[in-house]
Amino acid sequence: MRRQVPLVICFVAGVLMLAQSFVPPLNWFYTNALAWARIISCIAVFIGLISLVRLHATKVRRRAADWKFSIITLLALLYMMLAGLLTRYGVFVKLHGQCVPGSMGDKIVTGFQNAFNFQDIFLNIQIPVQATMFSLLAFYIASAAFRAFRARTFEATLLLVAATIVMLGRVPVGHYIWGVPQATAWILDVPNTAAKRGIMIGIGLGMTSTALKIMLGIERTYLGIKD
Amino acid sequence: MTGLELFWTWVAAFLTLSIYSFLYKDNVFYKIAEHLVVGVSVGYIFTINWFQGLHPYLFHPLAKSGQEPINLLRLIPFFLGLLFLLRISRKYNWLSRFTIALVMGISCGVSIPYTIEARLIEQTKASMIDFTQQPSIWAGICSAIILVGTIATLVFFFFSKEHKGVLGGTARVGIVFIMVGFGASFGYTVMARVSLLIGRLNFLINDWAKGTYHFIFG
Amino acid sequence: MNFWRFLLKMDRRIIFVLVGLAVATPLVVPLNLPVRVTEPVRRLYRAINEIPSNSKPVIISVDYDPSTVPELRPMTLAVLRHCFRRKIPVIVITMLPAGAGLARDAMETVASEFPGSSYGKDFVYMGYKPGASLVMVGIGQDFQGTYPADGFGKPSAELDILKGLHNYDDIAMVLDFTGSSIYESWIMFAYQKYGCKVGAGVTAVMASDAYPYLNTGQLVGLLGGLSGAAEYEQLINWPGNATIGMDAQSVVHILIIVLILLGNIAYFVTRKKHGAAQVAGQGQKGSS
Repeated sequence: MRRQVPLVICFVAGVLMLAQSFVPPLNWFYTNALAWARIISCIAVFIGLISLVRLHATKVRRRAADWKFSIITLLALLYMMLAGLLTRYGVFVKLHGQCVPGSMGDKIVTGFQNAFNFQDIFLNIQIPVQATMFSLLAFYIASAAFRAFRARTFEATLLLVAATIVMLGRVPVGHYIWGVPQATAWILDVPNTAAKRGIMIGIGLGMTSTALKIMLGIERTYLGIKD
Repeated sequence: MTGLELFWTWVAAFLTLSIYSFLYKDNVFYKIAEHLVVGVSVGYIFTINWFQGLHPYLFHPLAKSGQEPINLLRLIPFFLGLLFLLRISRKYNWLSRFTIALVMGISCGVSIPYTIEARLIEQTKASMIDFTQQPSIWAGICSAIILVGTIATLVFFFFSKEHKGVLGGTARVGIVFIMVGFGASFGYTVMARVSLLIGRLNFLINDWAKGTYHFIFG
Repeated sequence: MNFWRFLLKMDRRIIFVLVGLAVATPLVVPLNLPVRVTEPVRRLYRAINEIPSNSKPVIISVDYDPSTVPELRPMTLAVLRHCFRRKIPVIVITMLPAGAGLARDAMETVASEFPGSSYGKDFVYMGYKPGASLVMVGIGQDFQGTYPADGFGKPSAELDILKGLHNYDDIAMVLDFTGSSIYESWIMFAYQKYGCKVGAGVTAVMASDAYPYLNTGQLVGLLGGLSGAAEYEQLINWPGNATIGMDAQSVVHILIIVLILLGNIAYFVTRKKHGAAQVAGQGQKGSS
């Protein structure tokens, strides 16, 4: 029951989905399966939410290291959820000076109001922080290039030369250096395409064989089943 | 810029500088910004998912099931979704396997034919072209180089046989292509990271500093 | 300690300051270096130019989150401006929950620049839907079944732009802006399964990986990173944040290349000296 039934479900669903590509009468299964999978995807988001709350609530309860910061996380989460839920029921949205109401069931539901600063918080807290976090990598990549990017071997030299040409060729200053734009275009269009195509075909073969192994029940680690 | 806009610009600037303070060393401002954004982003995703996912696909059709009884079938994926949530239970997490198996089966079944078509057939077809029918001799040579490079790269990743003799030589050619390809990726990666930094400094200089100056001095 | 050894042991925060200055200086004092258009960008521009005005809409899929906004937002705005200017109806969607606010923000920014355009007729925001590849296949099956309402909750049946729109046959092109491999799913489902043209704007990190698709024609065109966005801004003659950033991009790239060169010279010079010192040390040992 715990092992065999899930494997049978996976096999049947996989075969039906595969078969519908060639057997049009199976389209009903295809349409319904997609709708079902979308609903399951929506509910799956709750796993992340529950895990986050559990993690930070435990930290606060146990007074673990940095537990005070966990309170910020929990409060921010609570505020955004409440702001989102409260603003979206029974409110109209103003877009382009015109009202765009929408009705869902008995209640009026609208998409992106800015009451409780829901959208402002997204634009002015989430975007700056996440974008800045990733921009830190610019500093580290410069430092790493200086410290670790060495022409020790033939292969490393190739990598270094190709990287330098592409770095120059993709910015305006590179156009002032004779041959760099053409060399960049050639590297990207020819050897790069060849290498990436080889890798792509390899990954394609790997993806197909893994999908088949999952459908046939040979690969079961995704279910947490150890052989 | 209105006063409210200026306020939000200052909030964004303060958080941006808090994150950059990490470059010097880890500190309380960085931790506040980091923890704040975790809560905000998950709360945001929850709300969007609720209103643009669950609402149109589940709540709304179920609310209308009086007129369209077939909508009641949506209770099945809802139930399967609830089973999936048992993943976090130690005792009943095995029940989530039914849902995971269904989703995996659907995903695998859908992806196989299109993976073969998009990644294997189309890419192979594009490599195997008549080199003599190209617009120029140079284009023909480049197409031949792409074919050689693709095969050599594939050979490099073929580990079922020791890389010796012809296989070893071809794999050696493969690594030349791979290194040039990775070099191109590295060059582009540098560009990507720098672009993000430009975006943030552009905000600090042109939106925050200049915006504040214009707000105060007109 | 000689100069090269000092370089190798230099505090990395000095490099951080140099990088910061290299970016900030051109933003304050622009160099106005000319941006030249590359072929993949021109191909996308041509493909959009070939779409007849006031006919089939394009889908613009804003599949990025805040972490890649500085790179992808400028190209999204540039392509949206091109579509709005050419009066090509636009359907804005996203496959990421965090992309919902960004998609809406990009759409509203450009819509406000074209006061004659009207929501529901010239452009529409369909919001986020979970299960990216399932949504792509769903659009091919039944657009309004997949999107029963727009991102504001208004029923799709009431939107003019969606009237008579059933599936990919009624869509001129899909344009995906992403920092992930979602564009490959668009190729797999929209192009391979349903034959709809697909164009992409991707982060620079992913740009080189997309070239094989460009070579096969599975992508009609490609914008790669901030430079791709700047080139598109050049083509539509509407300079924006990407064009502003290209001067800084040039200066930082030069700085990083100089750093790589210096790092290599320092490494080989010190290694040579170290090697010579070791040989001398061994010689002394042998003689004693």
